[in-house]
Amino acid sequence: MTDDKKNIPEIMEQRKKYEAKVEKVLEKRPERRKEFHTGGNLHLKRVYDPSDLKDFNYVQDLNYPGEYPFTRGVQPTLYRGRLWTMRQYAGFGNAEESNERYRYLLSQGTTGLSVAFDLPTQIGYDSDHPMAQGECGKVGVAIDSLADMEVLFNEIPLDKVSTSMTINAPASVLLAMYICVGEKQGVPANQLAGTIQNDILKEYIARGTYIFPPKPSMRLITDIFEFCSKNVPKWNTISISGYHIREAGSTAAQEIAFTLADGIAYVEAAKKKGLDPNVFGKRLSFFFNAHNDFLEEVAKYRAARRMWAQIMKERFGVTDQKAQTLRFHTQTGGSTLTAQQPENNIVRVTLQALAAVLGGTQSLHTNSMDEALALPSEKSVGIALKTQQIIAYESGVANTIDPLAGSYVIESLTNEIQQKAEEYINQIDDMGGMLVAIEKGYVQKHIQDAAYAYQRAIETNDAIVVGVNKFQIEENNKDMKLLKVDETVGERQIKNLKKMKENRDNIKVHDTLEAIRKAARDESQNMMPLIIDAVRNYATEGEICGILREEFGEYTENIIL
Amino acid sequence: MAEKKIRVVIAKPGLDGHDRGAKVVARALRDAGMEVIYTGLRQTPEQIVDTAIQEDADAIGISILSGAHSFYFSKIISLLKDNNASDIIVFGGGVIPESDIPSLLEMGAGAIFGPGTPTSVCAKWLEKAVAEKRQKETV
Amino acid sequence: MSLLAEKALHGDIRALARIISLVENEAPETEEIMKYLYPHTGKALVIGITGSPGAGKSTLVDKLISEFRKKDKSVGIIAVDPSSPFSGGAILADRIRMQRHANDKDVFIRSMGTRGSLGGVSRSTREAVKILDACGKDVILIETVGVGQSEIDIVKLADTVCLVLVPGMGDDIQIMKAGIMEIADVFVVNKADRPGAEKIVAEVKLMLDLIGKTAWYPPINMTVAEKGDGVAELVEGIEKHHEFLKESAQGLRKQKNKVVEEVREILSRDIAKKVEKAWQNQGTNEHIEAILEKETDPYTVAHAILHDVVKNEG
Repeated sequence: MTDDKKNIPEIMEQRKKYEAKVEKVLEKRPERRKEFHTGGNLHLKRVYDPSDLKDFNYVQDLNYPGEYPFTRGVQPTLYRGRLWTMRQYAGFGNAEESNERYRYLLSQGTTGLSVAFDLPTQIGYDSDHPMAQGECGKVGVAIDSLADMEVLFNEIPLDKVSTSMTINAPASVLLAMYICVGEKQGVPANQLAGTIQNDILKEYIARGTYIFPPKPSMRLITDIFEFCSKNVPKWNTISISGYHIREAGSTAAQEIAFTLADGIAYVEAAKKKGLDPNVFGKRLSFFFNAHNDFLEEVAKYRAARRMWAQIMKERFGVTDQKAQTLRFHTQTGGSTLTAQQPENNIVRVTLQALAAVLGGTQSLHTNSMDEALALPSEKSVGIALKTQQIIAYESGVANTIDPLAGSYVIESLTNEIQQKAEEYINQIDDMGGMLVAIEKGYVQKHIQDAAYAYQRAIETNDAIVVGVNKFQIEENNKDMKLLKVDETVGERQIKNLKKMKENRDNIKVHDTLEAIRKAARDESQNMMPLIIDAVRNYATEGEICGILREEFGEYTENIIL
Repeated sequence: MAEKKIRVVIAKPGLDGHDRGAKVVARALRDAGMEVIYTGLRQTPEQIVDTAIQEDADAIGISILSGAHSFYFSKIISLLKDNNASDIIVFGGGVIPESDIPSLLEMGAGAIFGPGTPTSVCAKWLEKAVAEKRQKETV
Repeated sequence: MSLLAEKALHGDIRALARIISLVENEAPETEEIMKYLYPHTGKALVIGITGSPGAGKSTLVDKLISEFRKKDKSVGIIAVDPSSPFSGGAILADRIRMQRHANDKDVFIRSMGTRGSLGGVSRSTREAVKILDACGKDVILIETVGVGQSEIDIVKLADTVCLVLVPGMGDDIQIMKAGIMEIADVFVVNKADRPGAEKIVAEVKLMLDLIGKTAWYPPINMTVAEKGDGVAELVEGIEKHHEFLKESAQGLRKQKNKVVEEVREILSRDIAKKVEKAWQNQGTNEHIEAILEKETDPYTVAHAILHDVVKNEG
């Protein structure tokens, strides 16, 4: 490419010739559209050439994998050393049913577990709470206490398997449970490997499973950072998420901007608490979406890596390379799946997964084809996993690192996404940071506007969704074999809860809960040890969160429509 | 006389926090000239029905992606009945398998708009359903 | 119609809701209903809550409802949101902050779109207030859109106007420019745990001294509505104002002015309707052509039509 710089005049001459030819062609046949855009509304040129990368500098802009700014990858040997973790998000019904599914996935070659919890668990309610009616076990596994957690990981060795838990507001409680299960298996906390999502800001923005207001939520999050850096050093204490922001309708640039802005807010909060970014920075992880526009998605991941490295170095003075690297998990975009012609979703997921791999993801979840309608059946989750395996073992893309680097369009898009994302981050900085931006509704408004614009695009056929607004067929999917969650999960959980409460030391439980209450009022105390103590004695998640609700209050959503 | 605007309550019952669809539909109905009372997340069936009655709503639109649709539709429809408000149209959408739709319609739901339904279809259906309902009232 | 009104007077919530709709839609029965209900009005304390978007009005209203409910008062709330000038539709989302009261039988929340009215309240907000009053609500809270003419509109409807200010939004200066300060009976500095709250209180005090209010010096309440701080004191201030209105000459004058406003508004509305009807019937293309040809002028045409209207209607 550096040679190209010398040849630019010659190239420009050739381009003039080319453009003249284009004019002639256009007279006979206009292009399919007046203007072409990426899914995230970036302008896409007809053809990219060296002139698009006039100021390109390999060492500054890309460098080698594992070298600042990590554009090409977080680690020197990447997939040649170890493939990405194939981590399928799963969970439904009660702990026994989910445990069965986890053991099936492990037998089929999944290399890490990813736990989906039901909504009552995510929002800090036990299965016997009135708000839990009808919801137990539906979108994930119902976990009320350590007793359920023990069943969930029955015969799953926590020293051999790493587990990601998608839990946010009550993350401290579920992490405490995992640590206690490890204890019972004889695995010390410092051997446990995994992740908790623990990203409350995106809950306020896009996902809705918040409990407490921002201030006490940030306190809980930084308590976890502090506790884990001393006691559970292999644990990723947060998965700063853009996936849900994208699912709520944002563009690719917004996905990166708002995620990294959330990241900045977390780093600032931890710093304020006296934690060293060089240390906790190593255990921050991220979570992105793999959406439809192939080229844009690949560019997006690379831009994110470069931006975060620069942010950690320049804004926070981080010198430890490991703390500068953005490691991430990816999930293919659920909102792109169609209920119409569900088998088409296998193709969508394949392309999305491929983009994530070419983008250098550390772990990957591929959606199943029936997920526009229900949780995945065993058969369709099998296909989703095979999709990853075929990419890994048959396509060859994992055998060289960052293969698309140097592509004129990919590098241009990487630059452009970075530029656009930085504009948003600057505006958020000017406003006073992400917490203020969320309160003002700035973030939510952008996302909703993008979502509405996309819906208009589909309804005017400006955007095509195969099988939905073009290439439809007469179909009847009434008899599709979909996963049906047992309606009696709630009943059974309630029965078990009652029994468990009768058999535990209720006085001890009461004491541990009151200790939590005391600590909640004292910001200088780290709550984790107290939560672990309560959990060990079989205090339920609802009981612990009930105390915290009383002390911290509850968050009400901010509506900007 | 001013035209009788169509008033619709858009609600998310239960604990599901995914509101992209509800918000897009709310906007689309607003753009179609309707007054949309948006109740937000975590609504109980009681809150939804009381809201619809106070707001003299023509219809209630429910968004559920959590799989708890049978539970919530049945609760809301029976509460409307208890309050002598069964003339209020109930419709909805979200992650609802085709095989579950007949039972929801049997319960009393007017329509279920699955994934991929254009918002214009929803708006047009509502206009027609409300017109029919109002016809019945004047008779 | 009287059956529906009777039901509403006796506490039937659906009937009450239906009547508000009829009035909002300017149904032909509107006048009959309002006449039927009018004798039962005049008991409620009507409070207007106004202030810029982002001031926390809805959260404040939610806490006010709780406070009044503690005193066993029934509450009616009208929350106004802007209607789209293009489609005529609206998204009414103020309820979200008050939804925990949705099941309380003694709380009635109604959302209204401005529906073409240029102010911060809708054309039929006044009627809705009267209806809630007649049907027995002890307290009626009106939450305005908070921009444009909201403050001016609310003064015509409410007994007590609460102006909600917020530190750090930069609107304190703007409000003072617009002369809104004179309209507020009670000031609320919300989100008072933020920097700048004291400054706003000082600025308000300064303004009030400049204006030189004598009979009623508006209290300035600091609140943190999210936490409920300062709300009890705010209610005390409102109730004090209510007492003041009942006992003072100024209060009596205000009541009379409100009645004058009501009559005038009905007059204007009716005349506007008649004029519109007359134009529809008599205004012709010929008139328009003639004006364009400079054979006549708009004044002459208008006066002729008006003359007919007056003559025919008496």
